[in-house]
Amino acid sequence: MRDNWRLTKNQAALHIRARMICAIRDFFISKDYLEVETPSMITAPIPEPHIDAIPCGDLFLHTSPELYMKRLLAAGYPKIFQICKCFRAGERGAFHLPEFTMLEWYCQGMDYRLLMKECENLIISIVHNLGYGNEIHYQNKTLNLKKPWETISVRDAFTCFAPIQMDEAVKEDLFDEIMVSHIEPHLGIEQPTFIYDYPVSGATLAKAKEEEPDIAERFELYMGGIEIANACSELTDMKEHHTRIEKVQQYRYSMNKPMYPVSDYFLHDIAHMPEAAGIALGVDRLAMIFNNTSVIDDVVAFTPERG
Amino acid sequence: MYSASDLKKGLRIKIDNEPYIITEFNFVKPGKGQALYRSKLRNMITGAQFERTFRSVDTFEPADLQEKKMQYLYKEEEKYCFMDNESYEQVFLTEEQVGEAKNFFIDNLEVEILFFEERPLGVTPPNFVDLIVVKAEPWAKGDSVSGKTKPVTLQTGYQIQVPPFIEEGEKIRVDTRSGEYLTRVKG
Repeated sequence: MRDNWRLTKNQAALHIRARMICAIRDFFISKDYLEVETPSMITAPIPEPHIDAIPCGDLFLHTSPELYMKRLLAAGYPKIFQICKCFRAGERGAFHLPEFTMLEWYCQGMDYRLLMKECENLIISIVHNLGYGNEIHYQNKTLNLKKPWETISVRDAFTCFAPIQMDEAVKEDLFDEIMVSHIEPHLGIEQPTFIYDYPVSGATLAKAKEEEPDIAERFELYMGGIEIANACSELTDMKEHHTRIEKVQQYRYSMNKPMYPVSDYFLHDIAHMPEAAGIALGVDRLAMIFNNTSVIDDVVAFTPERG
Repeated sequence: MYSASDLKKGLRIKIDNEPYIITEFNFVKPGKGQALYRSKLRNMITGAQFERTFRSVDTFEPADLQEKKMQYLYKEEEKYCFMDNESYEQVFLTEEQVGEAKNFFIDNLEVEILFFEERPLGVTPPNFVDLIVVKAEPWAKGDSVSGKTKPVTLQTGYQIQVPPFIEEGEKIRVDTRSGEYLTRVKG
């Protein structure tokens, strides 16, 4: 029994995690969201330049429930949420597990700005449910959760923290490196931070800004320098869907990455996609914040290495 | 040939014909962006350290190094002495070259000494070493339930987190790769 201490070690974290998930359900049910379940084994993973799926027989394990949830949205389910396991090949690090828990929700009629507010409300409601006040301690810093949270555009973040401007970083293919080394460490340190208006090149199914077609209406939430959620105003234009997917396919082909089929069902259903915003939030990452740990291993019972 | 996804702490690679060891490694992936492999490397000859971020398309040659089984003998004036049991040849490594491996050195421990063109560069202890706990707080009953750990000091001076039921004088097995407690050793 005593040699099971590795399993008992994370007990407090697993309790917090379970209460978080309870609080998430309470929040969405009280706001008239419908909890849905979509398939984990799918024929056509989401077209993304940098997300690889894990094959499962003739199918793939889903990398996120996005496509199926959007089909529900298009079919007339205006407010839906899901908490599910997602699977991504080759992702393992202090913030990554190849099998992780995602909270995803969509709301018809919202845009990314309104979604930031709802995201704030959700996390504050979880915090209160866990019995914390408006301040939480993370990695020797105090995170103040009083609304409104900090917002900064990606362009301004480059101006503040990076050696070169955003447009140059995109042009020079240095965007990701600078994001990781110069910008992320400054985000969500005193307050949670929404960083918004990303280059459209990295946001496959996000709506572009009308006045700035190179910029997508997309944001990320950071707490303690860690990316917690990714959200956007959803792309609704049918033709643009085809163009974006084609672009991703070309990129993946040129990079010698595995190619995935495109779902005809999705392309068919998306014709009725209403104006909406959607967001994916990493439940494990949020649990890391509430457990004051910088390693994702501390908030799950089992890791792949100790499977 | 290694790809970036093979990189891990302790891996030795060749850059510009010199051997480097990865001393820190982290997989990161900024939102919707590509996988990046943030690494700290140390030149195994000069000791110079630097940081580098690799992409998944990057590839690496393994470093051209030889390993020889030797025995740890003693430490004298910041130098660690090892001996080849067949030829009785002795080599010395500096504190820096030895690194964290010194946490596991007990008399006559069999280790792998690393050579680059006849030059000793580093040392790898066996994966598992049994060490005696020389200092520990007594076990407060009930702690095993809450799953807490406590720090203890081992015979080599190494401080390590262990389950609370481990007491002074006991022997524990340590995984030298992670530096973590594995299990209690009877007898």
